[in-house]
Amino acid sequence: MSRELLLRIWRGDASGGDLVDFVVPVEEGEVVLDAVHKTQALHAGDLAVRWNFKAGKCGSCSAEINGHPRLMCMTRLSSLPSGPVTITPLRTFPVIRDLVTDVSFNYEKARQVPAFSPRPEQPVAPFIMYQQDVERSQEFRKCIECWLCQDVCHVIRDHEENKPHYSGPRFFIRWAELDMHPNDGLDRKEALQDTQGLGYCNVTKCCTEVCPEGIKITDNAIIPMKERVVDAKYDPLVRFARRRLRRARGTASSATSQGPGHG
Amino acid sequence: MPEDSGGYESHHYDVVVIGAGGAGLRAAIAAHDAGARTALVCKSLLGKAHTVMAEGGIAAALGNLWPEDNWQVHFRDTMRGGKLLNNWRMAELHAKEAPQRVYELEQWGALFDRTPDGKISQRDFGGHRYARLAHVGDRTGLEMIRTLQQRAVALGIDVFMELTITDLLKDGARVAGAFGYWRESGRFVVFEAPAVVLATGGIGKSWRVTSNSWEYTGDGHALALRAGATLINMEFVQFHPTGMVWPPAVKGLLVTESVRGDGGVLLNSQGKRFMFDYIPEFFKAETADTVEEADAWYTDKRNNRRPPELLPRDEVARAINSEVKSGRGSPHGGVYLDIASRRSPEFIKRRLPSMYHQFMELAGVDITKEPMEIAPTCHYVMGGVEVDPDTQMSVVPGLFAAGEVAGGMHGANRLGGNSLSDLLVFGKRAGDHAASYVQALGHQRPQVDAQALSAASEVALAPFAGGHGSENPYGVHQDLQVVMQDLVGIIRTEHELKEALDKLSGLRARSGALAVEGNRQYNPGWHLALDLRNMLLVSESVARAALERQESRGGHTRDDYPMSDPYWGTQNVVVKLDGHDLRVERQPLPKPPPELAQLLEEGH
Repeated sequence: MSRELLLRIWRGDASGGDLVDFVVPVEEGEVVLDAVHKTQALHAGDLAVRWNFKAGKCGSCSAEINGHPRLMCMTRLSSLPSGPVTITPLRTFPVIRDLVTDVSFNYEKARQVPAFSPRPEQPVAPFIMYQQDVERSQEFRKCIECWLCQDVCHVIRDHEENKPHYSGPRFFIRWAELDMHPNDGLDRKEALQDTQGLGYCNVTKCCTEVCPEGIKITDNAIIPMKERVVDAKYDPLVRFARRRLRRARGTASSATSQGPGHG
Repeated sequence: MPEDSGGYESHHYDVVVIGAGGAGLRAAIAAHDAGARTALVCKSLLGKAHTVMAEGGIAAALGNLWPEDNWQVHFRDTMRGGKLLNNWRMAELHAKEAPQRVYELEQWGALFDRTPDGKISQRDFGGHRYARLAHVGDRTGLEMIRTLQQRAVALGIDVFMELTITDLLKDGARVAGAFGYWRESGRFVVFEAPAVVLATGGIGKSWRVTSNSWEYTGDGHALALRAGATLINMEFVQFHPTGMVWPPAVKGLLVTESVRGDGGVLLNSQGKRFMFDYIPEFFKAETADTVEEADAWYTDKRNNRRPPELLPRDEVARAINSEVKSGRGSPHGGVYLDIASRRSPEFIKRRLPSMYHQFMELAGVDITKEPMEIAPTCHYVMGGVEVDPDTQMSVVPGLFAAGEVAGGMHGANRLGGNSLSDLLVFGKRAGDHAASYVQALGHQRPQVDAQALSAASEVALAPFAGGHGSENPYGVHQDLQVVMQDLVGIIRTEHELKEALDKLSGLRARSGALAVEGNRQYNPGWHLALDLRNMLLVSESVARAALERQESRGGHTRDDYPMSDPYWGTQNVVVKLDGHDLRVERQPLPKPPPELAQLLEEGH
């Protein structure tokens, strides 16, 4: 059941580039990444693409397929409309070459996350934690770091100037995961709002729609965190207690601003 | 800032760890904690290593569900699963230290599934007497790599992502550093470091049907050989019994053993649960021999023996192979793995979410309604760098190895779940000992030789040199995969192994004539050309070791020597590089002390 497929792949580097046409034979059940591999083997040995397992688990092969941010390994050719398939690199990140982009933005944001820090009541593992209490954070830990949510987020997709003070949906779920960890003792809410730009998100849910793991990024992480931030910021009692605590042991926000990303 | 000399970017560290999966990350954390200046180097982006794919869990005798479980039972299961060819001391350290390593992950933020009383939950797996695998659904590897990655980032360890090491550098007999290139720019990098930890994983990309990623090109095995280290047990390659077979694009993709641990059974085309016909003498006493007893085990583990579907992986893979060969296979050359008729859709979706997703998206199969079609897939190499069991140092001073690239721990066959724990236990040991090795050197640090650098860069640039030939690296790789799949697969014979060696020498000649297009900037054709050098050397090591071992044991089955042989049960096959040629030798296996040997007896 082999047929010929026309691929239009963006080729180029930081200085510019263009769509290039390739025709490759494809078989039943194949995914976009198979067609890209055939292009490498048959026509363009130096076609740059990231991938690891072709199994939807590593999040390496993200690209824009006919304009939609997707994993190439999980997009079956049979699911696409007939006609040519256009593949372009993620738009939010600078191109290195062909389909490979510079995603170091994400690794910088990762360095700014104040690490898990056990509560003083239960400082040393093994911890006693119950399934119903770990489940909320477990949802966010399904993240495969494909950066599709980052790619599709309006705040940074076409606004390079927002990148320094906005960490994006992937990191909002990371901060939320720590905030909801049943045995974490650090308060990161102010830092999340003040240094990571949670307030810029206007909850359009584009991130949730592209998540290949089906994580409810907006509903289960961003909105609850916005609510928690508001509760903490505007409740005078909470503010007072927090100031006292901060004086006693230093804060997440001051730790963050000295993180290696800036140091 | 790195100084730039003669076209190389250069860096100075105490310990350089190559590979950032579970073993590499754990080694880097340990070396850093011990005070060593540590660099972590990986071919992909951080967090994409093979550890991500591990599904089932981390084997550790926590005793959370079975208070009877302890390190002695784990040691026994590991050794018996490995057909007693394991390095006993590694198996002992592994069983003793795995629980601390799991708790450490929890300390760093990992969120394992819980028991009703709030402890880490543990699941059943093949070859483990008790439910022993700490897990998170069927994505335990992801949880483990994220936890370690986040820890390494929090500690501020220097990470060099998308950087491939092509050669180790030496000063006399000792390691002096490593040479490689940035994948992004093609620019060369020199690491001057008295200790190097190999944590590069496995070799499976040399087979056609494999669960392994493009990174699994045996880099660490080949780097070690070229640096003068020895490999052991290379004939033992694990074919995981359950890989997807349809559609062709996903052939080889892993289907977790948890499907069987959670109640799934194997059926042939006649609907028969055939594993009952394949219970070996060695495991008879602990395996159910009727469907009734096997099914009763899931709810009453105390009074029933384990189903034969949960025999060690080598036994199950061989059984499937034999059913297919006898004409009782499924339409696409596998057998059926059925959980749909045995567990509720809710149970399946909760316990096996990734599998549900994987079959739905990639094969259009709803595993809560239909059986899966599966067949064995190349998954893991038991063989690897010969190391000291306590320090993980190879025979080359300053060269360490941990995880899949190291040999000895798993003997002739690895139990599921023992890999993630292996990475943690021996990753930490390698990092600790690499750091103390460097500390003990004081000012006697090795020097990098300038000539070795120009030789290494010449080798790396050869595929661009032009005029030498016109071989396409993608074509040579495909041909290599066919040779290994067809001639060095699950079932081997002397005749086929000799044929494989002939063909491999032909491929080696072709690999000398590789030509790549384009330039050095992010060029996968060039990268593959360099990886092929390692794949060919390691593939030949497997074929030579397999030819040497004239018996069947674990992950090595010889049609011409179908039985295990007591003599071979006392021998390791050692591979080393002598000039340009591989040499194979036999070496007596270390014997466990009486108190441990006694644990291995049948009744225990």
